[in-house]
Amino acid sequence: MRFTKDHEWVIVEGDVATVGITAYAAEQLGDVVFVETPEAGKVVKQGEGLAVVESVKAASDVYAPVSGEVIEGNGELAGAPETVNALPESGGWFAKIKLANPAEVDALMDRDAYEAFLGTL
Amino acid sequence: MSSQDSSDQDLKKTPLYDAHVAAGARMVPFAGYSMPVQYKDGVLKEHLWTREHTGLFDVSHMGQARIRGENPAKSFEKVVSADYQGLKAGKQRYGVLLNADGGIVDDLMTARPDEDGLFVVVNGACKDNDYAIIARELAGEASVTRLEDCALLALQGPEAAAVLAAHVPEAAQMVFMDARALSAFGVDAIISRSGYTGEDGYEISVPADAAERVWNTLLADERVKPIGLGARDSLRLEAGLPLYGHDLDETVSPIEAGLNFAVGKSRREAGDYLGAARIGKELAGELSRVRVNLKVLEGAPAREGAEIADEAGNVIGKVTSGGFAPSLGVPIAIGFAPPAYAAVGTKLKVIVRGKPAAAEVVASPFVPNRYVRKL
Repeated sequence: MRFTKDHEWVIVEGDVATVGITAYAAEQLGDVVFVETPEAGKVVKQGEGLAVVESVKAASDVYAPVSGEVIEGNGELAGAPETVNALPESGGWFAKIKLANPAEVDALMDRDAYEAFLGTL
Repeated sequence: MSSQDSSDQDLKKTPLYDAHVAAGARMVPFAGYSMPVQYKDGVLKEHLWTREHTGLFDVSHMGQARIRGENPAKSFEKVVSADYQGLKAGKQRYGVLLNADGGIVDDLMTARPDEDGLFVVVNGACKDNDYAIIARELAGEASVTRLEDCALLALQGPEAAAVLAAHVPEAAQMVFMDARALSAFGVDAIISRSGYTGEDGYEISVPADAAERVWNTLLADERVKPIGLGARDSLRLEAGLPLYGHDLDETVSPIEAGLNFAVGKSRREAGDYLGAARIGKELAGELSRVRVNLKVLEGAPAREGAEIADEAGNVIGKVTSGGFAPSLGVPIAIGFAPPAYAAVGTKLKVIVRGKPAAAEVVASPFVPNRYVRKL
Protein backbone atom coordinates (compact mmCIF):
# COMPACT_ATOMS: atom_id res chain seq x y z
CA MET A 1 0.00 0.00 0.00
CA ARG A 2 1.26 3.49 -0.90
CA PHE A 3 0.09 6.86 0.38
CA THR A 4 -0.17 10.51 -0.62
CA LYS A 5 0.16 13.62 1.52
CA ASP A 6 -3.53 14.23 0.77
CA HIS A 7 -4.33 10.99 2.65
CA GLU A 8 -5.24 8.78 -0.29
CA TRP A 9 -3.97 5.19 -0.50
CA VAL A 10 -3.20 2.99 -3.48
CA ILE A 11 -2.89 -0.80 -3.83
CA VAL A 12 -1.52 -2.02 -7.17
CA GLU A 13 -2.37 -5.40 -8.68
CA GLY A 14 -0.98 -5.86 -12.17
CA ASP A 15 -1.57 -2.54 -13.92
CA VAL A 16 -4.64 -1.61 -11.85
CA ALA A 17 -4.55 0.63 -8.79
CA THR A 18 -7.33 0.49 -6.21
CA VAL A 19 -7.70 3.87 -4.50
CA GLY A 20 -9.24 5.01 -1.23
CA ILE A 21 -8.71 7.40 1.69
CA THR A 22 -6.73 6.50 4.78
CA ALA A 23 -8.10 5.63 8.22
CA TYR A 24 -6.65 8.94 9.41
CA ALA A 25 -8.57 10.84 6.74
CA ALA A 26 -11.80 8.98 7.47
CA GLU A 27 -11.43 9.78 11.16
CA GLN A 28 -10.74 13.45 10.46
CA LEU A 29 -13.73 13.64 8.14
CA GLY A 30 -16.14 12.20 10.66
CA ASP A 31 -19.37 10.45 9.71
CA VAL A 32 -19.50 10.03 5.95
CA VAL A 33 -23.05 10.46 4.63
CA PHE A 34 -22.55 10.61 0.87
CA VAL A 35 -19.88 9.50 -1.59
CA GLU A 36 -19.67 10.41 -5.26
CA THR A 37 -17.43 7.88 -7.06
CA PRO A 38 -16.27 8.20 -10.67
CA GLU A 39 -17.73 6.20 -13.53
CA ALA A 40 -15.73 3.76 -15.63
CA GLY A 41 -14.09 5.48 -18.59
CA LYS A 42 -13.22 8.69 -16.78
CA VAL A 43 -9.60 9.62 -17.46
CA VAL A 44 -7.78 11.32 -14.60
CA LYS A 45 -4.39 12.88 -14.09
CA GLN A 46 -2.50 12.58 -10.83
CA GLY A 47 -3.74 15.28 -8.45
CA GLU A 48 -7.06 15.85 -10.21
CA GLY A 49 -10.42 15.45 -8.49
CA LEU A 50 -11.45 11.80 -8.52
CA ALA A 51 -14.33 11.55 -6.06
CA VAL A 52 -16.21 13.60 -3.49
CA VAL A 53 -16.84 12.49 0.05
CA GLU A 54 -19.33 14.30 2.24
CA SER A 55 -19.61 14.26 6.01
CA VAL A 56 -22.60 15.70 7.86
CA LYS A 57 -20.91 19.07 7.75
CA ALA A 58 -18.74 19.36 4.66
CA ALA A 59 -17.81 18.11 1.22
CA SER A 60 -14.19 17.14 0.54
CA ASP A 61 -12.49 16.30 -2.71
CA VAL A 62 -10.56 13.07 -3.13
CA TYR A 63 -7.69 13.52 -5.59
CA ALA A 64 -6.42 10.88 -7.99
CA PRO A 65 -3.13 9.59 -6.51
CA VAL A 66 -2.17 8.21 -9.93
CA SER A 67 -2.98 8.97 -13.58
CA GLY A 68 -4.99 6.65 -15.75
CA GLU A 69 -8.44 5.51 -16.77
CA VAL A 70 -11.06 4.59 -14.19
CA ILE A 71 -12.20 1.04 -14.86
CA GLU A 72 -14.59 0.82 -11.92
CA GLY A 73 -16.10 3.09 -9.26
CA ASN A 74 -17.23 1.54 -5.97
CA GLY A 75 -20.99 1.62 -6.52
CA GLU A 76 -21.59 0.01 -3.12
CA LEU A 77 -20.72 3.31 -1.41
CA ALA A 78 -23.81 5.05 -2.79
CA GLY A 79 -26.03 2.89 -0.62
CA ALA A 80 -23.58 2.48 2.27
CA PRO A 81 -21.40 5.61 2.60
CA GLU A 82 -20.62 4.65 6.21
CA THR A 83 -18.36 1.93 4.81
CA VAL A 84 -15.73 4.66 4.36
CA ASN A 85 -15.62 5.09 8.16
CA ALA A 86 -15.95 1.39 8.97
CA LEU A 87 -13.47 -0.02 6.42
CA PRO A 88 -11.51 2.95 5.07
CA GLU A 89 -8.55 0.92 3.82
CA SER A 90 -10.47 -2.03 2.34
CA GLY A 91 -14.22 -2.10 1.56
CA GLY A 92 -14.39 1.69 1.51
CA TRP A 93 -12.30 1.99 -1.66
CA PHE A 94 -13.41 4.61 -4.20
CA ALA A 95 -12.15 3.55 -7.64
CA LYS A 96 -9.94 1.21 -9.65
CA ILE A 97 -7.65 3.03 -12.08
CA LYS A 98 -5.73 1.45 -14.98
CA LEU A 99 -2.27 2.94 -14.51
CA ALA A 100 -0.99 5.26 -17.23
CA ASN A 101 2.37 5.72 -15.54
CA PRO A 102 3.37 3.06 -12.98
CA ALA A 103 6.39 5.16 -11.93
CA GLU A 104 3.94 7.51 -10.17
CA VAL A 105 3.22 4.75 -7.65
CA ASP A 106 6.89 4.30 -6.79
CA ALA A 107 7.14 7.96 -5.89
CA LEU A 108 4.35 7.70 -3.27
CA MET A 109 5.08 7.12 0.43
CA ASP A 110 5.19 3.66 1.98
CA ARG A 111 3.40 2.99 5.30
CA ASP A 112 6.38 3.98 7.46
CA ALA A 113 6.90 7.24 5.58
CA TYR A 114 3.17 8.02 5.78
CA GLU A 115 3.07 7.33 9.53
CA ALA A 116 6.07 9.62 9.95
CA PHE A 117 4.29 12.27 7.87
CA LEU A 118 1.19 12.00 10.10
CA GLY A 119 3.46 12.62 13.06
CA THR A 120 4.34 16.03 11.63
CA LEU A 121 0.69 17.17 11.33
CA MET B 1 -8.14 14.41 0.16
CA SER B 2 -8.24 18.11 0.89
CA SER B 3 -7.99 19.32 4.44
CA GLN B 4 -8.82 22.68 5.96
CA ASP B 5 -6.66 23.01 9.00
CA SER B 6 -6.07 26.49 10.23
CA SER B 7 -3.91 28.01 12.87
CA ASP B 8 -5.47 28.65 16.25
CA GLN B 9 -3.30 31.66 16.92
CA ASP B 10 -5.17 34.71 18.19
CA LEU B 11 -8.28 32.67 18.92
CA LYS B 12 -10.14 33.46 22.11
CA LYS B 13 -11.05 30.73 24.57
CA THR B 14 -14.31 30.34 26.41
CA PRO B 15 -14.24 29.52 30.15
CA LEU B 16 -14.93 25.90 29.12
CA TYR B 17 -11.97 25.49 26.75
CA ASP B 18 -10.03 23.18 29.08
CA ALA B 19 -13.14 21.06 29.72
CA HIS B 20 -13.62 20.58 25.97
CA VAL B 21 -10.03 19.54 25.39
CA ALA B 22 -10.18 17.14 28.36
CA ALA B 23 -13.35 15.59 26.89
CA GLY B 24 -11.55 14.87 23.61
CA ALA B 25 -13.17 17.63 21.56
CA ARG B 26 -11.91 18.54 18.13
CA MET B 27 -11.42 22.30 18.39
CA VAL B 28 -11.93 24.59 15.40
CA PRO B 29 -11.86 28.36 14.87
CA PHE B 30 -15.39 29.78 15.06
CA ALA B 31 -16.45 33.41 15.49
CA GLY B 32 -12.93 34.25 16.70
CA TYR B 33 -12.95 31.51 19.33
CA SER B 34 -11.48 28.04 19.52
CA MET B 35 -14.67 25.96 19.79
CA PRO B 36 -15.53 22.25 19.91
CA VAL B 37 -16.95 21.10 16.55
CA GLN B 38 -17.44 17.57 17.88
CA TYR B 39 -16.42 15.25 20.69
CA LYS B 40 -15.44 11.58 20.42
CA ASP B 41 -18.83 10.25 19.31
CA GLY B 42 -18.94 12.43 16.18
CA VAL B 43 -21.57 14.73 14.71
CA LEU B 44 -24.11 12.06 13.72
CA LYS B 45 -24.29 10.38 17.13
CA GLU B 46 -24.22 13.72 18.97
CA HIS B 47 -27.11 14.97 16.85
CA LEU B 48 -29.24 11.87 17.50
CA TRP B 49 -28.36 11.87 21.20
CA THR B 50 -29.71 15.41 21.52
CA ARG B 51 -32.96 14.43 19.79
CA GLU B 52 -33.39 11.34 22.00
CA HIS B 53 -31.87 12.45 25.30
CA THR B 54 -30.13 15.74 26.13
CA GLY B 55 -27.13 17.59 24.77
CA LEU B 56 -25.02 20.22 26.54
CA PHE B 57 -23.55 22.96 24.35
CA ASP B 58 -21.01 25.66 25.15
CA VAL B 59 -22.28 28.82 23.46
CA SER B 60 -20.15 31.23 25.45
CA HIS B 61 -18.82 32.72 22.20
CA MET B 62 -22.15 34.50 21.86
CA GLY B 63 -22.44 38.04 23.14
CA GLN B 64 -24.35 38.75 26.34
CA ALA B 65 -25.19 42.30 27.35
CA ARG B 66 -27.45 44.46 29.48
CA ILE B 67 -29.32 47.44 28.04
CA ARG B 68 -30.11 49.91 30.81
CA GLY B 69 -31.75 53.30 30.82
CA GLU B 70 -34.88 55.33 31.52
CA ASN B 71 -36.99 53.23 29.17
CA PRO B 72 -34.49 50.76 27.71
CA ALA B 73 -37.12 48.86 25.70
CA LYS B 74 -38.27 52.04 23.98
CA SER B 75 -34.71 53.02 23.12
CA PHE B 76 -33.86 49.52 21.93
CA GLU B 77 -36.87 49.43 19.62
CA LYS B 78 -35.22 52.13 17.49
CA VAL B 79 -32.87 49.52 16.06
CA VAL B 80 -34.65 46.24 16.66
CA SER B 81 -37.89 45.13 15.05
CA ALA B 82 -39.62 43.29 17.86
CA ASP B 83 -42.05 44.74 20.38
CA TYR B 84 -39.97 45.07 23.54
CA GLN B 85 -42.11 47.64 25.33
CA GLY B 86 -44.77 44.95 25.33
CA LEU B 87 -42.38 42.29 26.60
CA LYS B 88 -43.60 41.11 29.97
CA ALA B 89 -41.28 40.57 32.93
CA GLY B 90 -39.96 37.02 32.90
CA LYS B 91 -40.25 36.66 29.12
CA GLN B 92 -37.86 36.59 26.17
CA ARG B 93 -38.48 37.52 22.54
CA TYR B 94 -36.66 37.01 19.23
CA GLY B 95 -35.89 40.09 17.15
CA VAL B 96 -33.64 41.36 14.41
CA LEU B 97 -31.25 44.32 14.43
CA LEU B 98 -31.97 46.23 11.22
CA ASN B 99 -30.07 48.54 8.90
CA ALA B 100 -31.64 51.56 7.18
CA ASP B 101 -32.56 49.40 4.16
CA GLY B 102 -34.44 46.87 6.25
CA GLY B 103 -31.63 44.31 6.01
CA ILE B 104 -30.70 42.19 8.99
CA VAL B 105 -27.53 43.24 10.84
CA ASP B 106 -27.99 40.39 13.34
CA ASP B 107 -30.70 38.32 14.97
CA LEU B 108 -30.90 38.31 18.71
CA MET B 109 -32.79 37.23 21.81
CA THR B 110 -33.87 39.85 24.30
CA ALA B 111 -35.23 39.07 27.75
CA ARG B 112 -36.59 40.91 30.74
CA PRO B 113 -35.39 38.47 33.40
CA ASP B 114 -35.47 41.01 36.26
CA GLU B 115 -35.69 44.75 36.93
CA ASP B 116 -32.20 45.40 35.60
CA GLY B 117 -33.14 46.56 32.11
CA LEU B 118 -32.97 44.15 29.21
CA PHE B 119 -30.74 41.09 28.79
CA VAL B 120 -29.60 40.61 25.19
CA VAL B 121 -27.87 37.64 23.53
CA VAL B 122 -26.33 38.22 20.09
CA ASN B 123 -24.28 36.16 17.65
CA GLY B 124 -20.60 35.80 18.48
CA ALA B 125 -19.31 36.83 15.06
CA CYS B 126 -21.51 39.96 15.07
CA LYS B 127 -21.20 41.15 18.63
CA ASP B 128 -18.65 43.98 18.27
CA ASN B 129 -20.58 45.52 15.38
CA ASP B 130 -23.93 45.02 17.14
CA TYR B 131 -22.80 46.70 20.35
CA ALA B 132 -21.31 49.62 18.42
CA ILE B 133 -24.58 50.18 16.53
CA ILE B 134 -26.76 49.78 19.60
CA ALA B 135 -24.58 52.07 21.69
CA ARG B 136 -24.58 54.72 18.93
CA GLU B 137 -28.34 54.62 18.45
CA LEU B 138 -29.05 54.62 22.17
CA ALA B 139 -26.53 57.33 23.07
CA GLY B 140 -27.94 59.62 25.76
CA GLU B 141 -30.92 57.34 26.39
CA ALA B 142 -29.61 53.94 27.33
CA SER B 143 -26.32 52.12 27.86
CA VAL B 144 -24.99 48.80 26.63
CA THR B 145 -22.90 46.83 29.09
CA ARG B 146 -21.23 43.70 27.86
CA LEU B 147 -21.28 40.78 30.26
CA GLU B 148 -17.75 39.70 29.36
CA ASP B 149 -17.35 37.63 32.47
CA CYS B 150 -20.23 35.25 31.79
CA ALA B 151 -20.47 31.88 30.13
CA LEU B 152 -23.53 30.60 28.28
CA LEU B 153 -24.53 26.94 28.27
CA ALA B 154 -27.40 25.39 26.32
CA LEU B 155 -29.06 22.24 27.63
CA GLN B 156 -31.24 20.82 24.87
CA GLY B 157 -33.33 17.72 24.40
CA PRO B 158 -36.42 15.86 25.60
CA GLU B 159 -34.84 15.11 28.99
CA ALA B 160 -33.50 18.64 29.54
CA ALA B 161 -36.35 19.72 31.83
CA ALA B 162 -35.96 16.70 34.12
CA VAL B 163 -32.18 17.10 34.19
CA LEU B 164 -32.23 20.79 35.07
CA ALA B 165 -35.10 20.49 37.57
CA ALA B 166 -32.90 18.19 39.68
CA HIS B 167 -30.62 21.20 40.28
CA VAL B 168 -32.93 24.15 39.69
CA PRO B 169 -36.52 23.24 40.67
CA GLU B 170 -37.87 26.60 39.37
CA ALA B 171 -36.80 25.64 35.84
CA ALA B 172 -39.58 23.06 35.66
CA GLN B 173 -42.15 25.84 36.16
CA MET B 174 -40.99 27.79 33.10
CA VAL B 175 -42.45 27.47 29.59
CA PHE B 176 -40.97 28.23 26.16
CA MET B 177 -39.51 31.76 26.02
CA ASP B 178 -39.69 32.33 29.77
CA ALA B 179 -36.54 33.95 31.14
CA ARG B 180 -35.65 34.37 34.79
CA ALA B 181 -32.83 35.69 36.90
CA LEU B 182 -32.45 33.22 39.72
CA SER B 183 -30.01 31.58 42.03
CA ALA B 184 -28.85 28.31 40.49
CA PHE B 185 -25.83 26.10 41.15
CA GLY B 186 -24.93 28.48 43.98
CA VAL B 187 -24.50 31.52 41.71
CA ASP B 188 -26.62 34.25 40.13
CA ALA B 189 -27.82 32.87 36.81
CA ILE B 190 -30.14 33.89 34.01
CA ILE B 191 -32.08 30.94 32.64
CA SER B 192 -34.38 30.97 29.64
CA ARG B 193 -36.42 28.06 28.33
CA SER B 194 -35.29 28.31 24.73
CA GLY B 195 -32.58 27.12 22.42
CA TYR B 196 -31.53 26.51 18.89
CA THR B 197 -32.22 22.86 18.22
CA GLY B 198 -36.01 22.62 17.98
CA GLU B 199 -35.95 20.64 21.22
CA ASP B 200 -37.25 21.66 24.58
CA GLY B 201 -34.36 23.06 26.59
CA TYR B 202 -32.67 25.93 28.34
CA GLU B 203 -29.96 28.52 27.92
CA ILE B 204 -28.08 29.14 31.13
CA SER B 205 -25.92 32.21 31.73
CA VAL B 206 -23.54 31.88 34.67
CA PRO B 207 -20.43 33.71 35.87
CA ALA B 208 -17.33 32.51 34.01
CA ASP B 209 -15.66 31.20 37.15
CA ALA B 210 -18.62 28.88 37.80
CA ALA B 211 -18.93 27.65 34.22
CA GLU B 212 -16.79 24.53 34.43
CA ARG B 213 -18.44 23.44 37.68
CA VAL B 214 -21.94 23.87 36.20
CA TRP B 215 -20.85 22.11 32.98
CA ASN B 216 -19.48 19.12 34.93
CA THR B 217 -22.51 19.01 37.25
CA LEU B 218 -24.86 18.73 34.27
CA LEU B 219 -22.63 16.18 32.52
CA ALA B 220 -22.61 14.00 35.64
CA ASP B 221 -26.18 13.09 34.68
CA GLU B 222 -26.02 10.08 32.37
CA ARG B 223 -28.79 11.55 30.19
CA VAL B 224 -26.47 14.40 29.18
CA LYS B 225 -23.55 14.41 26.73
CA PRO B 226 -21.45 17.33 25.48
CA ILE B 227 -22.38 18.26 21.91
CA GLY B 228 -20.28 20.26 19.46
CA LEU B 229 -20.99 22.95 16.91
CA GLY B 230 -21.29 20.38 14.10
CA ALA B 231 -24.42 18.86 15.57
CA ARG B 232 -25.65 22.26 16.69
CA ASP B 233 -25.70 23.26 13.02
CA SER B 234 -27.45 20.11 11.77
CA LEU B 235 -29.99 20.35 14.61
CA ARG B 236 -30.83 23.98 13.87
CA LEU B 237 -31.09 23.22 10.17
CA GLU B 238 -33.61 20.43 10.85
CA ALA B 239 -35.47 22.85 13.12
CA GLY B 240 -35.73 25.27 10.18
CA LEU B 241 -33.93 28.01 12.09
CA PRO B 242 -32.01 30.45 9.88
CA LEU B 243 -28.38 31.15 10.71
CA TYR B 244 -26.86 34.62 10.60
CA GLY B 245 -24.06 34.98 8.05
CA HIS B 246 -25.59 32.20 5.97
CA ASP B 247 -29.39 32.46 5.64
CA LEU B 248 -29.51 35.97 7.05
CA ASP B 249 -27.34 38.96 6.16
CA GLU B 250 -27.53 42.70 5.62
CA THR B 251 -29.29 42.28 2.24
CA VAL B 252 -32.02 39.98 3.57
CA SER B 253 -35.07 41.44 5.28
CA PRO B 254 -36.92 39.63 8.06
CA ILE B 255 -39.96 39.30 5.78
CA GLU B 256 -37.95 37.66 3.00
CA ALA B 257 -36.52 35.32 5.62
CA GLY B 258 -39.97 34.34 6.85
CA LEU B 259 -39.37 36.02 10.19
CA ASN B 260 -42.53 38.16 10.09
CA PHE B 261 -43.09 37.35 13.76
CA ALA B 262 -39.89 39.25 14.57
CA VAL B 263 -41.59 42.49 13.50
CA GLY B 264 -44.07 43.19 16.30
CA LYS B 265 -47.67 44.15 15.54
CA SER B 266 -47.34 47.46 17.38
CA ARG B 267 -44.15 48.15 15.43
CA ARG B 268 -45.83 47.51 12.07
CA GLU B 269 -48.56 49.99 12.93
CA ALA B 270 -46.09 52.63 14.10
CA GLY B 271 -43.56 52.02 11.29
CA ASP B 272 -40.99 53.58 13.61
CA TYR B 273 -37.98 51.37 12.96
CA LEU B 274 -35.07 51.36 10.54
CA GLY B 275 -36.02 49.97 7.16
CA ALA B 276 -39.74 50.36 7.82
CA ALA B 277 -40.39 51.53 4.23
CA ARG B 278 -39.12 48.33 2.66
CA ILE B 279 -40.52 46.05 5.32
CA GLY B 280 -43.95 47.70 5.06
CA LYS B 281 -44.03 47.05 1.30
CA GLU B 282 -42.92 43.48 1.77
CA LEU B 283 -45.55 42.87 4.43
CA ALA B 284 -48.09 44.08 1.86
CA GLY B 285 -46.87 41.38 -0.52
CA GLU B 286 -44.20 43.12 -2.62
CA LEU B 287 -41.52 40.45 -2.40
CA SER B 288 -39.02 39.28 -5.00
CA ARG B 289 -37.62 36.38 -2.99
CA VAL B 290 -38.53 34.39 0.07
CA ARG B 291 -36.95 31.69 2.16
CA VAL B 292 -37.75 28.15 1.08
CA ASN B 293 -37.05 24.88 2.86
CA LEU B 294 -36.00 22.09 0.54
CA LYS B 295 -35.82 18.36 0.89
CA VAL B 296 -33.25 16.99 -1.57
CA LEU B 297 -34.71 13.82 -3.08
CA GLU B 298 -31.58 12.37 -4.71
CA GLY B 299 -27.84 12.57 -4.58
CA ALA B 300 -25.47 14.67 -2.54
CA PRO B 301 -26.29 17.28 0.08
CA ALA B 302 -26.82 20.74 -1.46
CA ARG B 303 -24.54 23.04 0.51
CA GLU B 304 -24.44 26.81 0.85
CA GLY B 305 -23.96 28.38 -2.60
CA ALA B 306 -25.61 25.61 -4.62
CA GLU B 307 -28.05 26.98 -7.21
CA ILE B 308 -31.77 26.31 -7.07
CA ALA B 309 -33.49 25.79 -10.44
CA ASP B 310 -37.02 25.21 -11.63
CA GLU B 311 -37.96 21.88 -13.16
CA ALA B 312 -36.85 23.09 -16.60
CA GLY B 313 -33.40 23.92 -15.22
CA ASN B 314 -33.70 27.73 -15.08
CA VAL B 315 -31.76 29.06 -12.09
CA ILE B 316 -34.16 30.86 -9.74
CA GLY B 317 -32.28 31.07 -6.47
CA LYS B 318 -29.55 29.86 -4.18
CA VAL B 319 -29.07 27.57 -1.21
CA THR B 320 -27.93 29.52 1.86
CA SER B 321 -27.37 26.55 4.13
CA GLY B 322 -27.73 22.86 3.62
CA GLY B 323 -26.48 19.51 4.67
CA PHE B 324 -27.47 16.05 5.71
CA ALA B 325 -30.34 15.74 8.18
CA PRO B 326 -29.40 12.93 10.58
CA SER B 327 -32.94 12.60 11.99
CA LEU B 328 -34.45 12.29 8.51
CA GLY B 329 -31.66 10.42 6.72
CA VAL B 330 -31.79 12.75 3.70
CA PRO B 331 -30.15 16.02 2.67
CA ILE B 332 -32.09 19.20 3.42
CA ALA B 333 -31.46 22.85 2.63
CA ILE B 334 -32.60 26.38 3.27
CA GLY B 335 -32.48 28.81 0.36
CA PHE B 336 -34.14 31.76 -1.32
CA ALA B 337 -36.39 31.74 -4.41
CA PRO B 338 -39.16 33.91 -5.91
CA PRO B 339 -42.51 33.58 -4.07
CA ALA B 340 -44.03 31.76 -7.07
CA TYR B 341 -41.81 28.78 -6.22
CA ALA B 342 -42.27 28.82 -2.48
CA ALA B 343 -45.47 26.80 -2.04
CA VAL B 344 -45.06 23.54 -0.14
CA GLY B 345 -44.91 20.68 -2.64
CA THR B 346 -43.28 22.71 -5.45
CA LYS B 347 -40.85 20.52 -7.41
CA LEU B 348 -37.46 22.17 -7.88
CA LYS B 349 -33.87 21.19 -8.64
CA VAL B 350 -30.68 21.85 -6.72
CA ILE B 351 -27.48 21.98 -8.73
CA VAL B 352 -24.60 20.29 -6.92
CA ARG B 353 -21.24 20.21 -8.70
CA GLY B 354 -22.97 20.89 -12.00
CA LYS B 355 -25.54 18.12 -11.64
CA PRO B 356 -29.23 18.96 -11.17
CA ALA B 357 -30.93 16.83 -8.53
CA ALA B 358 -34.63 16.67 -7.65
CA ALA B 359 -35.78 18.65 -4.62
CA GLU B 360 -39.12 19.63 -3.16
CA VAL B 361 -40.30 22.59 -1.11
CA VAL B 362 -41.38 21.36 2.32
CA ALA B 363 -42.86 23.01 5.39
CA SER B 364 -40.73 24.47 8.17
CA PRO B 365 -39.56 23.02 10.49
CA PHE B 366 -38.19 19.91 8.80
CA VAL B 367 -38.37 18.07 12.13
CA PRO B 368 -41.31 19.07 14.38
CA ASN B 369 -40.19 21.15 17.33
CA ARG B 370 -40.87 20.10 20.89
CA TYR B 371 -41.04 23.42 22.69
CA VAL B 372 -43.05 23.26 25.90
CA ARG B 373 -45.57 26.08 25.57
CA LYS B 374 -47.89 25.06 28.40
CA LEU B 375 -47.33 23.11 31.59
